[in-house]
Amino acid sequence: MNAPIELQPDETFILNVGPQHPATHGVLRVKMEMNGEYIVEAETVIGYIHRMHEKMGEVKTYPQYLMNLSRMDYLGALGYSHGHVLLVEKASGIEVPERAEYIRAIMVELNRVSSHLFWFGAFVMDLGGFSPLMYALQDREHILDMLEAVTGSRLTYCYFRFGGVYNDVDDEFISSARRFIPRMRKSLKKYHKLVTGNVIFRKRLEGIAPVSQEMCRKYGASSAVARGSGINFDVRKNEPYSVYPEFDFDVPVFHECDSLARYNVRMEEIEQSLRIIEQGLDKLPDGPIMPKKKPKIIKPPAGDYYQAVETARGSFGIRLVSDGGKIPYRLKLRSPTYSNMHLFDEACRGMMIMDALAFMGSLDLVIPEIDR
Amino acid sequence: MSLTLLNVIVAVVIAIGFAALNAAYLVWAERRGAARIQRRPGPNINGPWGLLQPPLDGIKLMAKQLIIPGGADKILFIVAPVLAMFPAIMSFVTIPFSETIVAKNMNVGVLMIFAFASTGSMALVFAGWSSRNKYAMMSSVRAVSQAVAYEIPMLITTITVVMIAGSMDLMEIVRQQSGSFLHWNIFPLLGNSHNILMPISFLIFFTCTLAETNRAPFDLGEAESELVAGFHTEYGSMGFGLFFMGEYANIVIGSCLTTILFLGGWNAPLPFLSFIPGVFWFLLKLYLLIATFIWIRWTFPRTTIYGLLNLSWKILIPLSLFNLLFTAGLLKVF
Amino acid sequence: MVTYFSEIYHGLISLFIGMGITFKEFFKPTVTVSYPYETLTMCDRYRGHVELIENEEGKANCVVCGLCQRACPSACITLAGEKPEGEKKKVLTKYILDFTRCSLCGSCVESCNFNALEFSKEYNLASTRKEDFIFDLLKRLEDRNI
Repeated sequence: MNAPIELQPDETFILNVGPQHPATHGVLRVKMEMNGEYIVEAETVIGYIHRMHEKMGEVKTYPQYLMNLSRMDYLGALGYSHGHVLLVEKASGIEVPERAEYIRAIMVELNRVSSHLFWFGAFVMDLGGFSPLMYALQDREHILDMLEAVTGSRLTYCYFRFGGVYNDVDDEFISSARRFIPRMRKSLKKYHKLVTGNVIFRKRLEGIAPVSQEMCRKYGASSAVARGSGINFDVRKNEPYSVYPEFDFDVPVFHECDSLARYNVRMEEIEQSLRIIEQGLDKLPDGPIMPKKKPKIIKPPAGDYYQAVETARGSFGIRLVSDGGKIPYRLKLRSPTYSNMHLFDEACRGMMIMDALAFMGSLDLVIPEIDR
Repeated sequence: MSLTLLNVIVAVVIAIGFAALNAAYLVWAERRGAARIQRRPGPNINGPWGLLQPPLDGIKLMAKQLIIPGGADKILFIVAPVLAMFPAIMSFVTIPFSETIVAKNMNVGVLMIFAFASTGSMALVFAGWSSRNKYAMMSSVRAVSQAVAYEIPMLITTITVVMIAGSMDLMEIVRQQSGSFLHWNIFPLLGNSHNILMPISFLIFFTCTLAETNRAPFDLGEAESELVAGFHTEYGSMGFGLFFMGEYANIVIGSCLTTILFLGGWNAPLPFLSFIPGVFWFLLKLYLLIATFIWIRWTFPRTTIYGLLNLSWKILIPLSLFNLLFTAGLLKVF
Repeated sequence: MVTYFSEIYHGLISLFIGMGITFKEFFKPTVTVSYPYETLTMCDRYRGHVELIENEEGKANCVVCGLCQRACPSACITLAGEKPEGEKKKVLTKYILDFTRCSLCGSCVESCNFNALEFSKEYNLASTRKEDFIFDLLKRLEDRNI
């Protein structure tokens, strides 16, 4: 807030926002050197939940690896599975039927709405308001019920397969999705009145934790962190994949660079996802959900392949180096939260701890995704 | 002689019993109220409507081990929760519930309540300082500045009301507001001062009560998601229980004071309704205010420390000073 | 000066709007289910742990081809069978599912060509011992048929 002053060595103390803390969503440790309430230096320490997903990619065959992707970021799991199946289909040359593409897009967007709802609830709870969490989780329950009726799971879906999807959607799903969309729009209005318009909330977020465009580019930030600072980049528009070119939606970009801009980007993304779901349900074609000719054993030809998708957390990239066998030679997962989080060390100098923890909430961190 | 001594003892015991019962059952009311706002049932398993929950919670807390962290300042550590609970219960002795129900009326009642309230805020400092825990220390640093900043507008608005009433005696202040609800100090169109800006003073006093009792949106002292549990991080068992009950006892005292100073105490809103005894009106207003406290807590997020201090020093104090001078002027003229 | 007062005014109005919303939510019905006293039924496609499907005679459909064992990513399934005298197909003698490693991915159900596995609807499994979760699916099939 003020200009930095010269500090004697014994004027600062080290506060350990340890792996177990209500505010860091997951096991993240932040070593903060503090001068009273102001942070002088911060260092994030990760690795408390490293589960060796990339190593498992070198040991398991392609169909056996499908379930790993849902466990990386459990809140927005379908986006990650989408990236993986698109990559392997691109490498092996498997054709995906139209209906399966549309179903995948609808499911991914529903999952994005549910992930953003959970972020919204947890973020406002970090700031001290406990009720919007319950309202957001109630809306999220509708989405989870819909997805459970189709796939059978509520959180760690193992629904996409190479070439299509596992189960078909029925009319029950389509009608409940159509009923859900106006209800969600009404809830969004309620959230805007209860939270976004609230003077305490605005004072808490306006002008706090500015992240400039250069810092975003330096760390490779994506999703709301970059779009809240004015960088107009969305993998769905810039490097289109799957059936997204058929949909008509906007990418919300705000230029104020503060925490309120990142919040607004995500709330707008919910609205745009609802638009995509509506258009997807209208355009859903009939047909099969798995291709007729599918190789029994997936063996992509030797080479180096890459696919990027836009998930709820940012642009997720997955790279496959194949040597022609049943098991990949190398499978690299580029997690968006890893890049988003490391901004924190540099950007939080000179902030008060309350603002720093609100900033961490606005970055939307899911720690198991960083540690893979 | 012995009859009046007996009277006094019984009155004091009843006052303290009322305070303790309120502190225990307000926890129940808060949990049910919060749950209904969040569309879930709240505690409803132990006893009908969950009414046995507070005694069972008390038994659970007493059965836990009382841990004092090594290196903590033992005397301050043990004194702090007692100091949180004690002033609120003592202040109950002077509060008049109706014309005849008061434990011991004093002619400096307002002064005594404020004196006790100031000692109450020392409890936060003792708890945070003696815990030997960086989180607790940071929270007590915040609590000091908050307590000081919000006592000032509270005192200024109280002086405004005392000026209108002409005395510091709580019963006298309520008697001056008898008549209809237009005589109450919140909107005294027909009262002594004819000051239509008094609702501003009421809002200022209400906000200061929220801040003095560390209730959301001003609960930086126990900011759960940032500082784990603030100044009572290191307290388990009955230490935590005493802090918890002390917070609710303070809320009851703050609401009693607001009712007496601004809402007319035990007076009925319309003259023909005064066949209903005064106690009923007093308790009705008291519980409506407490319900508003609970309502506010579960709606709003927390302010930052500089937002809180800015609110007090830049907005509440100038407005309350302005109202004080305006009231003084009106009293002189009319 | 004017912005000072208009800021206070608009701030107060937003606070009252927020309080109005929680007031309305106070009177709406609860959305929770008091779990041990009321339970929900799971949907048709719910993924509980796998169970063996039986044919009309009450024996398992499984022909011990081993495709499920090879498809499982976590090596949860152990099965064994024997070929009795004069029969063409193998008969299942042992089918052990180690549920402590299962991730409910569905590869076993999908890879079975003989309609021998399906998902059950069990969700409230809790125990204090790890051995309770090593399911002997053949024994469970026999217990169901009694």
